[in-house]
Amino acid sequence: MNGVPMAYGLILAGILFALGLAGLLLRRNLLLILVSIEIMLNGAGVAFVAAGSRWGQPDGQVMFLFILAAAAAEVSVGLALLLTYFHRRQTLDADSMNEMRG
Amino acid sequence: MTNLMEIAFFAAGAVAVIATVLAITRLVAVHALLYLIVSLLAVAVVFYTMGAPLVAALEVIIYAGAIVVLFVFVVMMLNLGTAARETESQWLAGRAWIVPVILSALLLAEMIYLIVRSPVPGDTSGVMAPKQVGLALYGPYLLGVELASMLLLGALVGACHLGRTSPARSEVRK
Repeated sequence: MNGVPMAYGLILAGILFALGLAGLLLRRNLLLILVSIEIMLNGAGVAFVAAGSRWGQPDGQVMFLFILAAAAAEVSVGLALLLTYFHRRQTLDADSMNEMRG
Repeated sequence: MTNLMEIAFFAAGAVAVIATVLAITRLVAVHALLYLIVSLLAVAVVFYTMGAPLVAALEVIIYAGAIVVLFVFVVMMLNLGTAARETESQWLAGRAWIVPVILSALLLAEMIYLIVRSPVPGDTSGVMAPKQVGLALYGPYLLGVELASMLLLGALVGACHLGRTSPARSEVRK
């Protein structure tokens, strides 16, 4: 059975990654910034699965599972931080964090 | 068969790209999340056409089913209301668009140029049964699985710690 050419899969991964990057730079809402990071991780996963499928090895899918675990961990901690910040400041504006003295 | 898979790939890929564009431009957070779900489901179809049925199922179950539900719960807890839409349209107004879009477009153009200039021959034709993936996961990658479990445990503890509302913290809130 013949599938799709690998270059198309890589180009789709690149498009998804670039869209996630644009969202990350564009949005000031912390929640939507986390969503953009998810989109970027998903794009990286597409590249891994395409490469693994091209060479007929399961390694690409295994790497996708690790990306999935990293994304779940990142989202849970990120959303907990976001809730804490919102309870303190009543805003989700990323620019309002410049008052932290760190 | 080739045509069928390629048509499915292009259709699902187009849906994924359009839904992602809509997801990063919506003013209301819930609308963005709904488009994100559409995008993730379309990417799951893309995985299926690339011969990765296990990953396609996990994309639906974990990404669209668990992670986005986490986002939706947070949106429900924040209770942003209608004022948030106006704030969001202020944040998104005008020239904020130009620089991020140009930078991302440059990066994308470079990546596509590199892929097209030296294409990797061959198709994503190898259908990987879940059994092979499982054997690889619990064979050579066993250490990675353990590390992922430690990472998830750390995330669990961290989220519990951050999400706890102690009396001292309620004082700070006022």
